[in-house]
Amino acid sequence: MTQAQLAQGNSPLLAVRDVSVVFGGIIALNGVSFNMHKGNILGLIGPNGAGKTTLFNCLSRLYQPSSGDILMEGASILTRPPHRIAEIGIGRTFQNVALFPNLSVLDNVRVGTHARTSSDIISDSLKLTWVRRSEADVNKKVHEILDYLDLEDVAHTTVSGLPFGTQKRVELARALAADPKILLLDEPAGGLNHEEVYVLGDLIRKLRDERHLTVLLVEHHMGLVMSIADHVVALNFGRKLAEGTPAQVQADPDVIKAYLGSKDQ
Amino acid sequence: MSAVEEVVTEAPAVEAVPKRAMTLGVGTSLVVLAALVLAPLFVKNFIIFQMTMLLIYGLAVLALNILTGGSGQFSLGQSAFYAVGAYTSAILMEHVGMNYALTLPIAGIICFGFGFLFGQPALRLSGVYLALATFALATAMPQLLKLGYFEHWTGGVQGLVVTKPDAPFGLPMSQDMWLYYFTLAITIGIYIASVNLLRSRSGRAFMAIRDNEIAASAMGVDVALYKTLAFGVSAGITGVAGGLGAIAVQFVAPDGYTITLAISLFLGMVVGGVGWLPGSIVGSAFIIFVPNIAEGISKGLSGAVFGVLLFLVIFLVPHGARQVAIVAQQMLGKLKKN
Repeated sequence: MTQAQLAQGNSPLLAVRDVSVVFGGIIALNGVSFNMHKGNILGLIGPNGAGKTTLFNCLSRLYQPSSGDILMEGASILTRPPHRIAEIGIGRTFQNVALFPNLSVLDNVRVGTHARTSSDIISDSLKLTWVRRSEADVNKKVHEILDYLDLEDVAHTTVSGLPFGTQKRVELARALAADPKILLLDEPAGGLNHEEVYVLGDLIRKLRDERHLTVLLVEHHMGLVMSIADHVVALNFGRKLAEGTPAQVQADPDVIKAYLGSKDQ
Repeated sequence: MSAVEEVVTEAPAVEAVPKRAMTLGVGTSLVVLAALVLAPLFVKNFIIFQMTMLLIYGLAVLALNILTGGSGQFSLGQSAFYAVGAYTSAILMEHVGMNYALTLPIAGIICFGFGFLFGQPALRLSGVYLALATFALATAMPQLLKLGYFEHWTGGVQGLVVTKPDAPFGLPMSQDMWLYYFTLAITIGIYIASVNLLRSRSGRAFMAIRDNEIAASAMGVDVALYKTLAFGVSAGITGVAGGLGAIAVQFVAPDGYTITLAISLFLGMVVGGVGWLPGSIVGSAFIIFVPNIAEGISKGLSGAVFGVLLFLVIFLVPHGARQVAIVAQQMLGKLKKN
């Protein structure tokens, strides 16, 4: 066990510490801090341009913060390149769905296991015994996930031909295949109708309860966030505006002002 | 929209095939194999030589297919890898006196390294820019081979003459026929290994990169590593093809490996169907035989006739032999139903 794990105890699974991001002269994020605890669903809300996506991209290592730190189980993730984020248990989905359009559902989800498996081109070309065994494990796991998310019927379909809602589920399946501890969901309700959003909310809660996931939900859909989040962080103009339970954040005067404007202005 | 999202939603540069459709069924494979094994027994030595070249170019087209169809990277520089493979085999045979069969894995390994290294700077380029960088490589190669500095080894402008091997163990067959079966065995081996590779974890990583780099990276795929590996594998197979080509033609010279060869291979890939590995042999047949057919139609205007034929193929079947195969399969299916 590493020191970080021993020290964990009651400490947060993921800690965002005073993170700032500056693009040229624009401050996209300004000293944002919050903690994510195991088994929680954390909702990150804010109007357009508040810095939600910027923060999200820092977590998935597409942006490098100008200052501050992000700790996963006590260890900084900022020294890791983007492709070594999945292996420490951070999985993600994309805002407008970023699947591999020419691959089947099965192969998309198989790619999800990349961080949890190993191989080299020689063994793969020769299909050595250990490669076959590893592939058999991958297939077992992938089919279990497809079954869990009700995707078995479309397993062999190329994803580009699937309806948007199904593609979103495939993306979720792909993220699950990497055995994440934290799942980062970037606007999962975008493009879904009222009923689908409701189903999605149940699914996220189910994932948290049955698969022991911690979820970061970046979302515009206030109804979804307020109904499923345990904890809400509100951003505006790159700063943290408010933090607390959904009810507390909803009642916060600053949040109301940011969303609806105030009489004084 | 941020820059990152734009990249995420950008359409892939290559229209590619899903993995399941990358190979032939068992029945079709056996028929093709039987034809390749039996055909030389009934034809003249010159035709056997042409069939050997068909397999060799087929390998080179297959290599490009792994790069472009698999990992989505373009290359107009395959002639350079082919040349390095050819010269490696020729130099090892003629100067070192090594057995021809042993020179091929060495040619493959050297070209793998060469391709892997070339893949490093190529990482910063994509699409047409990558095509241009590889084009530069293809243009430079013949002149590098002519350099006086290497002349002792390469033979300079004159090139090197390579001795054609006899059939081993006193087998009663001509040199051409032996070389054909030797090439066929290597081609089948490389074809099977390539299919395995594209169906494996590494192959999925190639295709994930082809379809969406950022998503691939988020899944833990080391994009830089797999892109350079794809270049390495492609160059390695092209190198083996180059070595076989040197043995079959019995001669290597700088002007045999110009940009024309690279463009021919690219053409072969498109005609065979990008990303469809069995199409490589069809593409190879196109680049070997269609120029001859064009010459048969009109000696003076063979280039123009070739152009018209090529235009017809691209116009009628833009997805190449793969498209023909799919249509044929559908028609067979209908026949069976009736």
